[in-house]
Amino acid sequence: MNAPQPEVHLAIGSRFENIELVKVVLDDCLRQLELDEDAMHWMELAVREAVANAIKHGNRQDPSKRVDIDLAVEGDAVVIRVEDQGEGFNPDAVHDPLAPENRFKRDGRGIFYMKKFMDSIDYGFRPGGGTVLTLRKRLGKSTKSDPSKEEGQ
Amino acid sequence: MKITVRQSGEVTILDLKGKITIGVGDVALRDSIGQQMQEGRKNLLLNTADVSTIDSSGVGELVAAYTTVTNRDGKLKLLKLPPKLQDILQITQLITVFEVFEDEESAVKSF
Repeated sequence: MNAPQPEVHLAIGSRFENIELVKVVLDDCLRQLELDEDAMHWMELAVREAVANAIKHGNRQDPSKRVDIDLAVEGDAVVIRVEDQGEGFNPDAVHDPLAPENRFKRDGRGIFYMKKFMDSIDYGFRPGGGTVLTLRKRLGKSTKSDPSKEEGQ
Repeated sequence: MKITVRQSGEVTILDLKGKITIGVGDVALRDSIGQQMQEGRKNLLLNTADVSTIDSSGVGELVAAYTTVTNRDGKLKLLKLPPKLQDILQITQLITVFEVFEDEESAVKSF
């Protein structure tokens, strides 16, 4: 009989310190999935970026606004959804951090890192407001545990 | 994140310990770099050996520190990059921006 798969829902106020709480819960879930340390590290970093964006750009650090995080195994992938209560944005308008003119900018690398560390990331926008970011990572696949080897891909 | 500042000749060494992440570590690094600039210390060596995690805000802060120091005719170099920090700088093609050293003595002499 297979071990039960983790399924988690977390709701946090929009404070950066709450990212550490998400990390603790995520750690526990990913260990149950028997991911190696490297794969866990990069996936956690992707989720950090997602939650940080939801707090900063989505909810504009308004602590009364919530960020919801859901983790589940769907088929052969771990799927993490991060939802904010903000006004949404245009993902196509985000600049390329590798472009020479952006290289020395302070901001603008979070989405790039998420794309590198996960198999896919997708944005959805609720009609009444709120962005839902879905991060997916296939289990058992040769992971992107060493992203440095994928430079330029 | 905890930052300990020490001096080696003309070089100011910042020993960074912990997470350089949004809201805490990134602000601590920005404040500490600003303080060194205010006090006229322009040769900075960031010892990253004990940095456990860095996110995009931390990377942004490193880049901002580099440009701040360079624009004021100073130098900012990195010491003992942990492998994951090296990876994260590499995938955004920032690793070539920084001079990186494994050995403190060589790093200090390079200024």
